[in-house]
Amino acid sequence: MSESHHAVTPPPRPGKLRSFLDSDIVYSWKRQPVVILATLVTLVMFLGALFAPWIAPQNPFDPRQLDLIDAFTPPLTTSDFTGNFYLLGSDSQGRDVFSAILYGSRISLLVGFAAVLFALVLGTALGLMAGFRGGWRDALIMRIADVQLTFPSILMALLIFGVIRGFLPRSMHAEVAIIVLIVAIGLSDWVQYARAVRGATLVEKGKEYVQAARVIGLPARNILFQHILPNVMRPVLVIGTIGLALAIIAEATLSFLGVGMPATQPSLGTLIRVGQDYMFSGEWWILLFPGLALLMLALSVNLLGDWLRDVLNPKLR
Amino acid sequence: MLAFLIQRVLQAVFVMVVVALIAFSLFHYVGDPVLNMVGQEATEADRAALRARLGLDQPLPIQFFQFIANAAQFEFGISYRSARPVTDLIVERLPATLELAIISAIFAVVMGIVLGIYTALNRGNWLSNFIMTASLIGVSLPTFLIGVLLIYVFAVELGWLPAFGRGEVIDLGWWNTGLLTRSGLASLILPAITLGLFQLTLIMRLVRAEMLEVLRADYIKFARARGLSKRVVNLRHALKNTLIPVITIIGLQLGTIIAFAIITETVFQWPGVGALFITAVRFVDIPVMAAYLMMIALVFVVINLIVDLLYYAVDPRLRVQGGAK
Repeated sequence: MSESHHAVTPPPRPGKLRSFLDSDIVYSWKRQPVVILATLVTLVMFLGALFAPWIAPQNPFDPRQLDLIDAFTPPLTTSDFTGNFYLLGSDSQGRDVFSAILYGSRISLLVGFAAVLFALVLGTALGLMAGFRGGWRDALIMRIADVQLTFPSILMALLIFGVIRGFLPRSMHAEVAIIVLIVAIGLSDWVQYARAVRGATLVEKGKEYVQAARVIGLPARNILFQHILPNVMRPVLVIGTIGLALAIIAEATLSFLGVGMPATQPSLGTLIRVGQDYMFSGEWWILLFPGLALLMLALSVNLLGDWLRDVLNPKLR
Repeated sequence: MLAFLIQRVLQAVFVMVVVALIAFSLFHYVGDPVLNMVGQEATEADRAALRARLGLDQPLPIQFFQFIANAAQFEFGISYRSARPVTDLIVERLPATLELAIISAIFAVVMGIVLGIYTALNRGNWLSNFIMTASLIGVSLPTFLIGVLLIYVFAVELGWLPAFGRGEVIDLGWWNTGLLTRSGLASLILPAITLGLFQLTLIMRLVRAEMLEVLRADYIKFARARGLSKRVVNLRHALKNTLIPVITIIGLQLGTIIAFAIITETVFQWPGVGALFITAVRFVDIPVMAAYLMMIALVFVVINLIVDLLYYAVDPRLRVQGGAK
């Protein structure tokens, strides 16, 4: 958002923590209440997902812990039958909605992170190769990227998901759903990384330190991974943060459409799909709370990504 | 000119061949189509006969060629799930999707331009601040969640509009339309808003940015100095010049609308092609999947080709560089 200029001269050699706290990133963070709020929401949801087994009142996927008699308990109600307290109500099988959300956001985040990582590694590798080697490899990779960019990535993910599923035997569908989902979303999203890395590699390749490394006779692999790679990672990390929000949304969308996570392993999207069935009969909490959780997660990660992009890369604004 | 044209057309053909290859290998590697078609009592000779009749005993390249020839004539075989020709399924569902897509596009364009002009001319007042913030939230919301929330508020809680389906449909013989009945129109409102919202925010932000840019230009100052009315300056002079990039975006977004129709149709149980495709993916109905794959690829390739050629027609710089971007 803005550059910080310190009037006071810094101490001779500040500690690492001190210099981090004085950095532009922290300065910009402290000045934007919306970003602080987004950070807090993201942190709470990450921690909630991480420690779900310890926070959640019950394991929603262990049938022994569910009490069918408690089905459709409204939010903030203590059951008359079992004495269990349901913060956000319970669903048709007496499953605590709050616990289901904690476990569901675990799967949503897992798929989101894994898909981003997959796309990031694939895109970075292809971008490095295209930029460094050039020639027919560059032409081929960038042509494929051009073609893929003409399709919206959610459609791409859906088509890839459908095609992979078509090739797998039917009995495997439920158990490998999560992997297929990660691969489909990752494959639909590598182009941006490849383009950014290729562009940055082309710039870095001509710089003096790379020429120096060449002159002293380092092998191409060392130059590529130890010298160029660290210098092209910045845009990649920015795209990755924004990509995380998109991947979470893509996963939720596919699961909502019934072609993502099965109901036995529900993500937030699956929970919303299931909840939609109860919307008309008055059990609004089964739909609304998972929906709000997804909304908060997507919105806050998105805001963080936008902010990070503005701070790290003022040129993109 | 010719080199550019040929390059673009070749790229389009290349995409279609790759997609056809994927669709073909789906057919070929997923189960034996002959086993799907003959009954349990069929003898080995029957199967061989059917295989020969379908051309499945031919070498792969010839089969692929046959597949493309069939696809060019819109022949995709029989749906595994409903046992009806895929082409019939798609043709009878196409009007629903197209009506939804066109109405949402009109909604997005009209509202987007109106709101974009309003927020540009009234920068900083509370209503335009509110619209801008709301659009930011709207962009980060997943489409399906918007649809579900709209159903909850307007169909379940308020009971104003239908929650699913297409309402009463009138059959015109070659086209069935929901635009001529009350219930058909009422059913269209929520899906059209859901589908058009993202494009609306996009167009609105673009129009606003372009307007702000244009309003600073000298000829606008001059028009004001000539004493022309505000209305004429804003709408005749300024708006006209913001529309060129807007039209490009609208063209490119047309494909996106068709793609996102998949989601909207599923949320609202809209009987369109997208919902058909989702069902096909869920039940691994290969012929329907392959047909949809080819159809959507064709739509995108054609749209992109047209946009590329329009750029070329509009932007003389491309001609000088011989089409190199």
